[in-house]
Amino acid sequence: MHRTGALFGQFKTLEQQKDTATLGMWIFLVTEVMFFGGIMLAYTINRHTYFHAFAMGSNTLSLGLGGFNTVVLLASSFTMAMAVWSSQTSRKKLITLFLSLTILLGFVFFVVKYVEYAQKFHHHLVPGKSFDIFYCVNNPTKCEDIDAADMAKEKEELEVAAKADPDLNAHAQLYYSAYFGMTGLHALHMVIGAGLLFWLLKESVAGKFNAEWNNPVDIVGLYWHFVDIVWIYLFPLLYLIDRHK
Amino acid sequence: MYLVIISTLLALTGITVFAAFVDLGRFNIVVALLIATIKATLVVLIFMHAKYAPERTKLVIIAGVFWLALLLFMTLSDYASRVDYRGVRYPISQIISHSIEHRI
Repeated sequence: MHRTGALFGQFKTLEQQKDTATLGMWIFLVTEVMFFGGIMLAYTINRHTYFHAFAMGSNTLSLGLGGFNTVVLLASSFTMAMAVWSSQTSRKKLITLFLSLTILLGFVFFVVKYVEYAQKFHHHLVPGKSFDIFYCVNNPTKCEDIDAADMAKEKEELEVAAKADPDLNAHAQLYYSAYFGMTGLHALHMVIGAGLLFWLLKESVAGKFNAEWNNPVDIVGLYWHFVDIVWIYLFPLLYLIDRHK
Repeated sequence: MYLVIISTLLALTGITVFAAFVDLGRFNIVVALLIATIKATLVVLIFMHAKYAPERTKLVIIAGVFWLALLLFMTLSDYASRVDYRGVRYPISQIISHSIEHRI
């Protein structure tokens, strides 16, 4: 490909080149919207059909960890936006700094997610043969991380929910399938994003980005913000069902 | 500018958690999704520079949102109004009307 400075041969101007790259990325993101949209639609139908089980499942999630991760991800979106701004204004050291911060926040998110997933395995809340929504209530000694007041509340809620929905355990599995499916796909997107960020970091250390050539930073930024938007929806959908009881 | 946006996003996150603990009946989910949509719009417009993008990029974004709305609206209206061969309504409509009468 012929390339004069930052400009590739098939484009007339840098602006045209940038518009083309951004447009292509947005078209890809629209397909991603439809991808996550379909999953959220399936979630919505199950949530309305088995509301008791979904509310119960949601209340077993840790609001603290989920809320913390929301803040972390929003902050990483902010540092990413700052990285894009730094590249557009040719502040080369700042690009590296903000990209590193974004990666760091991404890793904090993964660590918290790992803690959450491990807890669910521990509490027998992973869909499959050993899934048991009543496990912690029936074996309080095995779930010592839940404090007594929360446990009593959970027991009370489970009794009411089990009366309203005789097949609560099966339907709660549906909720947890949705939880692991949606957060898992979101995490997969973040793994890909983190890989791209490492590549950007390498390039930025080599001093490749400036006001003329910053399309990769911009495009990866769009992707990272999109992953943030997915989480903006996942957080209330998964963590905040019927919390007011 | 970005600092204002991130502060707004964090504040809205706080509000959405607070709102989840207030009993609004079936409007809890409406409020939660409304706040999420405001947050998503801010991210798209400012962080993703959609506000300053060319018209044709904006068209792609709007078309995407429109297509998503079609998917949700058509499928949900089908589920909400479907009657099977016995004349029994699909559970979704029953549960929705149930949840208004006696929530747990």
